[in-house]
Amino acid sequence: MSTRRMTMVQALNSAMEVMMERDPDVVVLGEDVGYFGGVFRVTAGLQEKFGKTRCFDTPITECGIIGAAIGMAAYGLRPVPEIQFADYVYPGLDQIVSEAARLRHRSNGQFTCPLAIRIPFGGGIFGGQTHSQSPEALFTHMTGIKTVVPSTPRDAKGLLIAAIEDNDPVIFFEPKRCYNGPFDGYYDRPARSWADHPDGEVEEGYFRVELGQARVVREGRDMTVLAYGTMVHVAEQVIAEHRLDAELIDLRTLVPLDIETIEASVRKTGRCVIVHEATRTSGFGAELAALVQERCFYHLEAPIERVTGFDTPYPHSLEWSYFPGPIRVGEALDRVAEAEA
Amino acid sequence: MTDMSRRPNRPQLSLHIPEPPFRPGDEVDYSFFEIPEPDAIARPDEAVDPMDIHGLAYGLIRVLDFEDNAVGSWDPALDPETLLAMLRKMALLRAFDERMHRVQRQGKTNFYVKSTGEEAVAVAQTFALDREDMCFPSYRQPGILFARDYPIVNLVNQIFSNARDPLKGRQLPILYSARDYGFFSISGNLTTQYPNAVGWAMASASKGDDRIAAVWCGEGSTSEGDFHNALTFGAVYNAPCIFNVVNNQYAISSHSGFAGSERTTFAARGIGYGIPALRVDGNDALAVYAATRWAANRARANLGPSLIELFTYRADAHSTSDDPSSYRSAQERSEWPLGDPISRLKRHCIRRGIWDMARQETMDREVAEEVLAAQKEAEQHGILGHGLHHPDETMFQDVYEHMPWHLREQRDQAVRERQIKWPEGEQA
Repeated sequence: MSTRRMTMVQALNSAMEVMMERDPDVVVLGEDVGYFGGVFRVTAGLQEKFGKTRCFDTPITECGIIGAAIGMAAYGLRPVPEIQFADYVYPGLDQIVSEAARLRHRSNGQFTCPLAIRIPFGGGIFGGQTHSQSPEALFTHMTGIKTVVPSTPRDAKGLLIAAIEDNDPVIFFEPKRCYNGPFDGYYDRPARSWADHPDGEVEEGYFRVELGQARVVREGRDMTVLAYGTMVHVAEQVIAEHRLDAELIDLRTLVPLDIETIEASVRKTGRCVIVHEATRTSGFGAELAALVQERCFYHLEAPIERVTGFDTPYPHSLEWSYFPGPIRVGEALDRVAEAEA
Repeated sequence: MTDMSRRPNRPQLSLHIPEPPFRPGDEVDYSFFEIPEPDAIARPDEAVDPMDIHGLAYGLIRVLDFEDNAVGSWDPALDPETLLAMLRKMALLRAFDERMHRVQRQGKTNFYVKSTGEEAVAVAQTFALDREDMCFPSYRQPGILFARDYPIVNLVNQIFSNARDPLKGRQLPILYSARDYGFFSISGNLTTQYPNAVGWAMASASKGDDRIAAVWCGEGSTSEGDFHNALTFGAVYNAPCIFNVVNNQYAISSHSGFAGSERTTFAARGIGYGIPALRVDGNDALAVYAATRWAANRARANLGPSLIELFTYRADAHSTSDDPSSYRSAQERSEWPLGDPISRLKRHCIRRGIWDMARQETMDREVAEEVLAAQKEAEQHGILGHGLHHPDETMFQDVYEHMPWHLREQRDQAVRERQIKWPEGEQA
C-alpha cells in the first residue's frame, strides 16, 4: 500500500474518510465538524465529500450529541461523534456511562452501541483549565467502554479505523499537543513536526491497528516505562538524554489493556515507571502500578513510580510548571534506575 | 452566612417552595380544574404551522364527554374491533399489574411498578403507531408491549429474574427490552431515552426510512437536561419523533409543581422549540389515540417532531417501595375529575352498543386467568433468589462483544466462589 507523510490531524481525517467511503453507515457529528471542518481541522472536507447527512454540525450539548449518537447506533449506524475538548465531555458522561456502556449488557445483546467518540485531550496549548484536561481515568473506571490513546499519526489512523469498526463504544482520546508534531516536553525549543518522524509515514488506504495491543517504542533491559499519548514522546526524549537502557511501552489502548506486553517487560527489567499527564490521585497510573505489583512483585527491584500532572486544576500561566516535563520524568527515571533492592 | 444587619432599604426577598394542592387527610376538591369542552379547539390539519396552534398546548384535547359519547373533530372514529382490542389490552395490563403487585408482596420478586390509571397512555398510543415504529419508553409504559402482543410470560420471567429471563437477570424488574417488538431497553436513569429516540429518528430520516420514533418520560423528569437537549435536536433536524410527557402529577412524592406546573403546562415546553405541542386528556383512550395519530401522521409526512402532554393521574404508588398515603390525600384518586381510563372506555363501548357488562365480566375473568397462567408457567423456571437463575458466568458476558482478559479472570473467580459455596450444586 502506498504511504504518504501525514500529521496526526491528517491521519485522523484519513481514517474517517476511508471508513465513510467503505461503510455508508459511518456518520460524523459534533460541534463545528461540518462545513467548517472542526476547530482542529480533523473533519475538514468530509461534509463536502460525503454530504450533509454524513457529516454535520450539532447543537452545543454533549449530552445531546452522545445521546443522539447512541440512538443512531441502536438504529444500525456507526456514529463517530466529536467532543470538541475533553473538558466538555462531562455533560455527556451520563449518556456514555449509563447508556452507551451498558446497552449491550442490559439488553442481553438486543441493542449494541458501536460508537467511536473522538475527544481531543491533554494540555500544552495554553488552554487553561477548561481546554487541557486528561480525564481518561473516568472512562477506564467504567466498564463496557474501551479507551484508546494514540501517540503518532500512523497509530492514530489505524486505531481510529479499528475503533470505528469495533462493536462496542470506544473513547478515542487524541493528544492535541501532538496533532502537528511529536512534543518532547521542551516547550522552549522549536516545535517539531511529523515530517521527519518515522510514524509520520502513513498508509493511504485502509489498515487497522488492533485495539488492546501496546507498542514497544524502544527495547531496553534496565527499566520499563509505561506511557501513552503525548507522554510517550516526553519519555522517549528523557530516556535518550539520560542514556538509560529503558524499555518504553506506548500502551495505545488503556482498556482492554495489553497486560502481557507489560508483564513480559517488567519481568525482564525489574523496574517500572508510569508516566501520564493526568492528575495523580486515582489516575490510570494507580491502576497500572497495582497491576504490575500484583503480577510482577517478585521480579521488582525498585518501587514503582508514577510521574503525573499535579492534583490541581490545569493552570493557565503556570502550564509548564504543571506539565510533567523532562525534569519530573527525568528525576523519576533516575531514582528508579539507581534504587538498590 | 450573609451579614443581614447591613441590608439596604429594599423589599425583603422570600424563597418560594411549591406545595401540592392536597396533603394526607385533606378534603379533595378539584373544582379549580378547568376542563374545556371536548371540541374547544378543533383538530387542525396535520400540516399546520406550529405557530398557529399554541392554544393546544394550554387546552385539553378530549373526545369522550362526561356522558361517554365520542364527540368533536378529534374523534378518531375507530371501528368496534379496535375499540374492544384496546379495552382488552388495557384490562390485561391492569390484571397483570394487580397480580405482579401481589407476587412482589409474596416475596417472589423484589420490585414492581404499576401503570394503574395510566393504561390508556401507552396502549392507545401504540395502537395509533405502526407496528414497525420504534418506542423508547420510561418504566411506566409496558402497555406498549401489551399492545404489540408481547408474550406476557416473558415479562414475568424478567420480573422473577429467573432462568428464562430474556435479559438474564441483569436488570431490575420491569426494565424490559424487546428489540423485535420495537421496544428500546429501559434504562432506569430518567429521560436518557429522549436523546436516544431523537437520534434513532434522525438515523431513520437520513436513511430515507419511513419508520418514526416515539419516546416517553414523566412530567417530573422533564427537568432533566436530556429532555431539553432532545427537543433541541428534534427541532433542529426536524426529526420524525413524538415526544410524550406523561403528566401523572407526581414524581414519587414530589408534586408536578417541582417540575414547573405552577406556571404553565408541560406541553407548552414545546412552544419555545417551535414544535407542535398538544395537551391531551390521558385518561381518554380515544383522545390519546387521536393526538398520537395526528403527531405520527405529521412525522411520517416529514413535518418533524411533536410534543404531547398526556394529562393523567398516577392512581397508585410510584412503585412497590412507595407508600403514597404518607404524602398525598387518599381522596385524590376517587375525586380525579377525568376518571379512570378503563372505566371510561368500557362505558363508551357499552353506550355504542358493542359491549355489555356480561362480556366485560367474562373478559375480566379471562385476562386474570391469562395472567395467572403466565405466572404459573414462569414460576417453573424460578423466582427471584431461589436458585433458578442464569449461571454466574453470564454476568460477564455482553459487557463487551468479546470478553477481555480482566473479565475472564474475574469470571473464573466468581465461578470458583460458587463452587466453594455450593460444592454439590445449588439447590433450587
